[in-house]
Amino acid sequence: MPFIPHTPDDIAAMLATIGVDSIEALFDEIPPELRVGAQALDAIPETLSEMEITRLMQSRACADGQPLCFIGAGAYEHHIPAAVWQIATRGEFYSAYTPYQAEASQGTLQLLYEFQSMMTALTGLDVSNASLYDGASALAEAVLMAVRANRQTKSQRVLVPRALHPAYRRTLRAIVEPQGIELVEVDFDARGGHTPVERLEAAAGDEECAAVVINQPNFFGILETVDELTDWAHAHKALAIAVVNPVALALLSPPGEWGAKGADIACGEAQPLGMPLSSGGPYAGFLCCKQEHVRQLPGRIVGRTLDLDGKPGFTLTLQAREQHIRRGKATSNICTNQGLLVTAATIHMALLGAEGLERVAASCHANTRRLGELLGAISGVEPLFERPVFHELALRLPAPTADLLRSLAAEDILGGFDLGPDYPELAPALLVCATEVRTEDELRRYADTLARLIATPAN
Amino acid sequence: MLIQEQSRTGRRATAQAPLQAPEVADIPEGLRRRARPALPEVSEMQAVRHYTRLSQQNFSIDTHFYPLGSCTMKYNPRACNSLAMLPGFLGRHPLAPASHGQGILACLFELQEILKAVTGMHAVSLAPSAGAQGEFAGVAMIRAYHQARGDHARTEILVPDAAHGTNPASAVMCGFKVREIPTGPDGDVDLDALRAAVGPQTAGIMLTNPSTVGVFDRNIQAIAQAVHEAGGLLYYDGANLNAILGQVRPGDMGFDVIHMNLHKTFSTPHGGGGPGAGPVGVSKRLEPYLPVPLVACEGEEYRWLTESDRPESIGRLTAFGGNMGILLRAYVYARLIGREGMGRVAEFATLNANYLLARLQEAGFEAAYPERRASHEFIVTLKREAREFGVNTMDFAKRLLDYGYHAPTTYFPLLVPECLLIEPTETESKEDLDGFVAAMTAIRSEAQENPELVKGAPHSLPVRRLDDVRAARQLDLAWTPSASEGAHG
Repeated sequence: MPFIPHTPDDIAAMLATIGVDSIEALFDEIPPELRVGAQALDAIPETLSEMEITRLMQSRACADGQPLCFIGAGAYEHHIPAAVWQIATRGEFYSAYTPYQAEASQGTLQLLYEFQSMMTALTGLDVSNASLYDGASALAEAVLMAVRANRQTKSQRVLVPRALHPAYRRTLRAIVEPQGIELVEVDFDARGGHTPVERLEAAAGDEECAAVVINQPNFFGILETVDELTDWAHAHKALAIAVVNPVALALLSPPGEWGAKGADIACGEAQPLGMPLSSGGPYAGFLCCKQEHVRQLPGRIVGRTLDLDGKPGFTLTLQAREQHIRRGKATSNICTNQGLLVTAATIHMALLGAEGLERVAASCHANTRRLGELLGAISGVEPLFERPVFHELALRLPAPTADLLRSLAAEDILGGFDLGPDYPELAPALLVCATEVRTEDELRRYADTLARLIATPAN
Repeated sequence: MLIQEQSRTGRRATAQAPLQAPEVADIPEGLRRRARPALPEVSEMQAVRHYTRLSQQNFSIDTHFYPLGSCTMKYNPRACNSLAMLPGFLGRHPLAPASHGQGILACLFELQEILKAVTGMHAVSLAPSAGAQGEFAGVAMIRAYHQARGDHARTEILVPDAAHGTNPASAVMCGFKVREIPTGPDGDVDLDALRAAVGPQTAGIMLTNPSTVGVFDRNIQAIAQAVHEAGGLLYYDGANLNAILGQVRPGDMGFDVIHMNLHKTFSTPHGGGGPGAGPVGVSKRLEPYLPVPLVACEGEEYRWLTESDRPESIGRLTAFGGNMGILLRAYVYARLIGREGMGRVAEFATLNANYLLARLQEAGFEAAYPERRASHEFIVTLKREAREFGVNTMDFAKRLLDYGYHAPTTYFPLLVPECLLIEPTETESKEDLDGFVAAMTAIRSEAQENPELVKGAPHSLPVRRLDDVRAARQLDLAWTPSASEGAHG
């Protein structure tokens, strides 16, 4: 019996202790008509040995190939140091639960405290939680938090740039609209690709807003004028919510320093910090804020305290915010978070340090610019926007994007993200990304292939 | 010592970052960072040694019996990890086309089918990232269903008082009011109170069965009838699915929507707090509202169904649609135990729980519901020990750590005083259960003879009992370079 250690003698002795003559008798309080019928489970395949499932999974993993990837759009291929997952998958981290018994979980708790410290260092804010599910759901929690935390207005309106990741906007809608929050879209500048203050003014109209979402870089890779946007939010009684890429923060001004007063909340996707692409998850969302909002911050938070002997130690704290204490009045329903991914992110940041992370960021930036040069040399391919970018670039194409992407995929190149379905006015357009892992040869291979496909369209 | 406190200016793990540091020419100066963030500067070996040592300060399933009630801390098979981490799966971009994803999509589609069969539901979405997100999705579907029918008066979700805190929190996140239903003295939901509470304002009820008091609610059919007759829907919280896997199906009990905790029932790791996976299953009438994405099989080809295919969906819960690596682990687990293994999970989880309960009762501990059969977990109340020896449940829990056992869940559910909620799971052997009984018995003797020993526990761990009040009052939530100078100055 896989994973069940009982011998026939064990079973007999245990049943005798209980005082029943069969395991079946232990289900005697369940109405018999509810028990599963003979064929109910037929759709479930029969047991496989480890050898057989290994063969099956290996063939399926191979079937998905290892194409050359130029897609970014919220998930980025970075080098992950070998030590990161070797340590993260140690059983003591991998198979532990939420650290409710603090004294038996100091490893996880100290690591989470270190993570919180690294995230506050990166974002320039005071406090961080111990993770949420992913960047998009973290933004949803940030918006809910901002509406609760903003005491200057009762408004439930939140300004959301169209230049924010389309999947983030959809997730945001799904999670916050049931609570009556109104999301107001802010258009981007067609030339710069950024979100100017005038567009905020236009979207806000005469009504108050609880918060403004500012993303840096935005979905097109463009760097927003974050200081002006943050100051505008504060001048209009709104909180500023930063959505940031943690690798970019090695180079870019931290949200805590945006504008005169700094952003109030920063959130984003921690995937670039040591998490493999993995078809979309598990990743981890992060959420940081100013000290004054800490009681509205959802999710687990670890604090440093003292034990009976006065020795420092770590424990979950401010649990009165959480569902297991506050139930229907909690800051969020979140319970399980993304602890193991945070373990990886913490080790990743410790190995890279600020300078290593800066090299990664600078290399991504340089590679994407180089890719832009190579692709921009192809007739009919040109940048969509004028403003500077971090590590993604939106390009206008001379032919339908979907067709070109399909042809590229047939040659094992994933050419980027088709902007057309979400931004019809930009089509045919493509969002490309080249992180530090892409080599000059790979950039050239992409450019040469794209040039050939554009020159000789498929029938 | 924190990794930050080991930092020395100029030290680096140079092999891990790119060798070149290109000039950053065209990012405007005003948008650049002025000072480097205070991340640790350590060597590779320092980091490896530090985090290896931290790992050794944890209890985990791989190192300790971990009978944490309602958390299903069963063994996490290693093959599930290594096969989910094959390079083809790890390296795949979430937006890669289906042409480069037939392998993973096949696994996910088959997992959907397995979960449908084992729960008796009509359709399954793997999208929710954890149980609480599954709850949110489930209640959001209930809301969407009533709204689509123009039934706007249904503003209330019923939740038994024994429910997990996530239930009321999820209902509130979906915009509902919560009404609590009391639990009867026998552990079942108070049926009369339920019947009095349902009405045209009832959107649905959220139930865990077996419940958090560790018994199967014998009146489940009557509950389903009462709620359905009032026009409400039934939500099944799958936290305790391990108790009935392959024996009873939520769909057959009359539930309209359920979530499963794959990090419990399907043995994926808890990772020190996550990640989980909380797929939702629905009856036919709720199918249009399932969260996206879903995996479809069309002829020989698998593909994602997204917003454009599913216009009535409650939408997307994360940017890329779920914790794929966890879903792969659950799939491998399901294939390893197979059809015949599903029912065995519940059988041996139940056998272990009832055996452990019987042994603890023999040893003189008091069951909270002695007349009831335990499901996969049960409650012991230490109110007598608290009264007679002045040693409470938390003291017992902390002393268990000294004996090398992770404590059961303490003080939950709230309706049983001085309670320990104990869930041994099917993967523990008889010897391990006997060892736990011996430890509990020994601690009770200590409580009688030397209560201060128990009240001062733990004694053998890296730290002694921590001051939670200080933690919450004198908040220290992040290390900063200046605070560190102060501390060492």
